[in-house]
Amino acid sequence: MKIVGLSGSQIGSKTRIAMDATLKVMAEKYPEVETELIDLADYKMEFSDGRNYLDYSGDTGYVTKTLMEADAIIIGTPIFQASIPAALKNIFDLLPVNAFRDKVVSMLVTAGSAKHYLVADTQLKPILAYMKAQMVQTFVFIEEVDFHQKQIINHDVLMRLERLAEDTVVLTETFTKIREEKEAEYDF
Amino acid sequence: MEKYRINPDDGIEFGIYTLGDHLPNPATGERISAQQRIHDIIDYAVLAEQAGVDFFSVGESHQEFFATQAHAVVLSAIAQATKKIKIASSSTIISTSDPVRVYENFATLDLISNGRAELVAGRASRVGLFELLGYNLHNYEELFEEKFELLRLINENETVNWSGEFRAPLRDAQVLPRPVNGSLPIWRAVGGTPASAMKAGYAGVPMFMAHLGGSTSQFKRTVDSYREAARAGGHDPAQLPIATAGFFYAAESSQQALKELYPHINEGMKRTNGGGFPKQLFAQGVDPHNIMNIGSPQQIIEKILHQHEMFGHQRYIAQIDFGGMPMDNIKKNLELIGTEILPAIKKYTAKNKEGQA
Repeated sequence: MKIVGLSGSQIGSKTRIAMDATLKVMAEKYPEVETELIDLADYKMEFSDGRNYLDYSGDTGYVTKTLMEADAIIIGTPIFQASIPAALKNIFDLLPVNAFRDKVVSMLVTAGSAKHYLVADTQLKPILAYMKAQMVQTFVFIEEVDFHQKQIINHDVLMRLERLAEDTVVLTETFTKIREEKEAEYDF
Repeated sequence: MEKYRINPDDGIEFGIYTLGDHLPNPATGERISAQQRIHDIIDYAVLAEQAGVDFFSVGESHQEFFATQAHAVVLSAIAQATKKIKIASSSTIISTSDPVRVYENFATLDLISNGRAELVAGRASRVGLFELLGYNLHNYEELFEEKFELLRLINENETVNWSGEFRAPLRDAQVLPRPVNGSLPIWRAVGGTPASAMKAGYAGVPMFMAHLGGSTSQFKRTVDSYREAARAGGHDPAQLPIATAGFFYAAESSQQALKELYPHINEGMKRTNGGGFPKQLFAQGVDPHNIMNIGSPQQIIEKILHQHEMFGHQRYIAQIDFGGMPMDNIKKNLELIGTEILPAIKKYTAKNKEGQA
């Protein structure tokens, strides 16, 4: 199983901190799971121009291919202007319409205010559903007050991130098993 | 239809197309050489002709896992090796070529083959060739529309006066040689959506509609949109041929057909398209109302006749060799086509004795 943690912003620190914490749990509790972090702040991405993702080179080619090869993706996103960052939307635009078919996608959201709580439900989940993701329905919402000096100081958040990691692994295992059983039935 | 060398009274034409893909056989993981692949494609055309197939076409793709970038050259070898079968491109990416040179090639091909050459022009689904050949992807649509229009102008007129954005102007330019009958059948490749079909319809150009899978009724909408657009553009749809093209595989049973074909499609698409073919969707390929022609010969006959009833198209074109399909399987399919499928579909669709013979 390969899980990619996608930190979906070019700027800011909270989402990356939460993603690091989640991948740390993953490494401790599920050493058999291969993980990779993609922080969009580290990559120079082109804007989507509609071509097949295989036709991109450089960072854009690397990031899209890595996401397409993953069994599960944990998306971390801040909230900018009451929505997801353009950098993250560009990732969705770069991928094929069925990119998340047979993949599990889970989410963690960081925000400056609790007023943004429903952004993931109303804006991120519909995109993931359109792209055929199997979603972990419960996402972790983390506010400014949960951080201090570049650390998560709210133990409730840390426990929720632990559960997010577990749910992502369990759901991926479950769907993989169901799919394999179903595919074996086709007998071709 | 005469202009396009099609006589509907002969019944629906049965063709074969190859993208010219060059992929490993998933059963062995091994890939034949590009040289072997090209020779196999030429043999494939010869065997198709022997089986009574009406049409054979070769695609142009400039990327990894393909071998017929120079598809016109491969077609000229096929022209020399065959006698009766119609030959064409599927498709020629006109956007990134000079229409004058393309026309010279295909008119020559028509002379070599004694009037059997046709041209299908497309826009490319993968776009690596824009960079390779020095074109800007931002002009994807404009390049195709302008060059396709020029290609058609050359086809209709031996002397051309033309100016456009992407090529030097032509002043009283004679494009030679001319095809056997003065013009070539030129088709527009359509990806299966109504929007794409309507472009062909408005211009009054024959439609070569490729499809992966899905319900036949869904593609009926595309066919209807094409004819409606043709009428709106002042053309008579009854004079415009339609071809459909997609996956084909015949075996003793539908289950056997799925088994033999699936790994080739799934693994091949992963490499050429970046995503496999889900088994769930593929299993539906044997459904009588699914446009993929996979199954026993009898099931395929019924499917093609059902499609013909729905679309009223003049030509069906089968893709069998995708994804490193071994030649032995291709030969087995050609045998089933020649002995069972072709005679049956001609019998039910031909209005004259010639077609039924």
